Amino acid sequence: MTLVQKDAPLDVVPPRRWGLAVAVGLLLIFSLAPILWQVLTSLKTNADIAAVPNVYFPRQLTLEHYIELFRRRPFLRYMLNSAFVASVSTLLCLLIGTPAAYALARLRLPGERFILAGVLIVTLFPYILLFLGLLELVRTFGLANTYLALIVPYTAMNLPLTILVMRSFFQQLPRDLEDSAKIDGYNTGQMLWQILLPLTLPALVTTGILAFIAAWNEFIFALTFITRESMKTVPVAVAQLSGTAVFEIPYGALAAATVVGTLPLVILVLLFQRRIVQGLTAGAVKG
Amino acid sequence: MNTTLRDQERRTGWWLLTPALLLLLLVYAYPIARSFGLSLVTQNLGTELQPVFAGLDNYSRMALDGRFWQTIGNTVFFTVVSVILELLLGLGIALVLNQAFPSRGAVRTIALLPWALPTALIATTWTWIFNDQFGVWNDILLRLGLIQTGVNWLGDPNWAMWTVIAADVWKTTPFIAILLLAGLQSIPPDLYEAHALDGATRWQSFYRITLPLLLPQILIAGLFRFAQAFGVFDLVQVMTGGGPGGATETVSLYIYATIMRYLDFGYGAALVVVTFVILSLAVALATWGLARLRAVRAIGEPR
Repeated sequence: MTLVQKDAPLDVVPPRRWGLAVAVGLLLIFSLAPILWQVLTSLKTNADIAAVPNVYFPRQLTLEHYIELFRRRPFLRYMLNSAFVASVSTLLCLLIGTPAAYALARLRLPGERFILAGVLIVTLFPYILLFLGLLELVRTFGLANTYLALIVPYTAMNLPLTILVMRSFFQQLPRDLEDSAKIDGYNTGQMLWQILLPLTLPALVTTGILAFIAAWNEFIFALTFITRESMKTVPVAVAQLSGTAVFEIPYGALAAATVVGTLPLVILVLLFQRRIVQGLTAGAVKG
Repeated sequence: MNTTLRDQERRTGWWLLTPALLLLLLVYAYPIARSFGLSLVTQNLGTELQPVFAGLDNYSRMALDGRFWQTIGNTVFFTVVSVILELLLGLGIALVLNQAFPSRGAVRTIALLPWALPTALIATTWTWIFNDQFGVWNDILLRLGLIQTGVNWLGDPNWAMWTVIAADVWKTTPFIAILLLAGLQSIPPDLYEAHALDGATRWQSFYRITLPLLLPQILIAGLFRFAQAFGVFDLVQVMTGGGPGGATETVSLYIYATIMRYLDFGYGAALVVVTFVILSLAVALATWGLARLRAVRAIGEPR
């Protein structure tokens, strides 16, 4: 078994190769160990979970914690709430953000540098600064315990990233395409919809994944604007699961909830790793 | 003819831009502006939740509020320590991922994983790892003989902040690693080859080529993480709730408790304003530094 590919630099010497192997091994342990520990815990019986010294690999596999999650708690409901809110806000965000990105990339508007700077700066402010003002709005419009109370802020919080990523994408597209469309008599709206949209699809998928992940993970708005059990999203439901019983925290159920609640995102990362990296770097570095 | 076409383009542009701008103003600008207004009134249980104009009372109260100063101290400590650790570790990971080795794509995917997972759920994972009775961290240290009895990591005021920092470093280092890796990949390899021909060691070329060329990315990643860490909420709220005895209470937890638990809206708004101002100053300073750095580069390297 060789550790270095044929196209590796020629000056690679064995000690360095071993150093690299150790570094990669440590990186894998660092990234995976906490997740694996949670997976193992979720499959253990309560006796194994509370064993001292620790039992690392379950002596007996069990699915009881997963069954409890769906039978005794409305976990499916939490998952559907999260999926609905994250999907709708992602679609809205693309719908609103993409035209704005196009305008900022192409249409040479007065004050566009100012707008762009504003969009960039907005990404730096944590949500704790916003929730008081939004809470008042939610109360004024009677939106507490509605999906809309989450969809609106989630759409907005993903807009800056969408605008930055899509703008950098539009800037890479050749201009001739739009010019010839204009000559053929398309107006800007038709041209966006019929010619640019099909080309834009990969970039939309990239941005959409990032927006979906952010919406799925959001905590403070979901904690504040939603109090009814049947409307809760996964992060809040799991966080409150750990806080319900002070003396007997349901570690097994908690571990199972973490596994189920992160699964959609793990799948997204496994499928779209390359796109996610592209989107993150386009959003942060080019901006 | 040309001007009308230009006007038409502009008009279309504003139409395309308006929905996004309105939404951003509603969700970002309005709440901040509203907090400025609300910070000038007293609106709490003492006033039966009715706003009573109070001038700058909330701010003078803050100056004497020991809990506020403690949370600022905690926040600064958390932010500085975790961002420095994340930058160092992120740089290390980026350097490793930039090497050629088999199944590098799979390793990159795995390294990205922690970043994508929900912070609130990850917080429960780390709470479990650092559990005083059944936690695996105590178990590992006991087996290695590094400690004699289990430590109550989350319940000990001296350790609790470090456990939160550990969880934050785990969760957000991949983000920095990705940005720095992109930076590393944009450095032309000939630079290293030329430098090696001049007899430079690897350490010298890291110090003379990699670090200076990576500096803009390091600063951007650091700035972004700084702002996020300063407003850390989910992780601390779920792991310790600010305890034990306020040892991990950050300013965002204090804001949340002031508003949601004590229903002290005016004072909560004043806390929001002060946090906003501190962050804005730091961001302005960093942006100014970044712009200067770019300007110096542009003059220093005439090509």
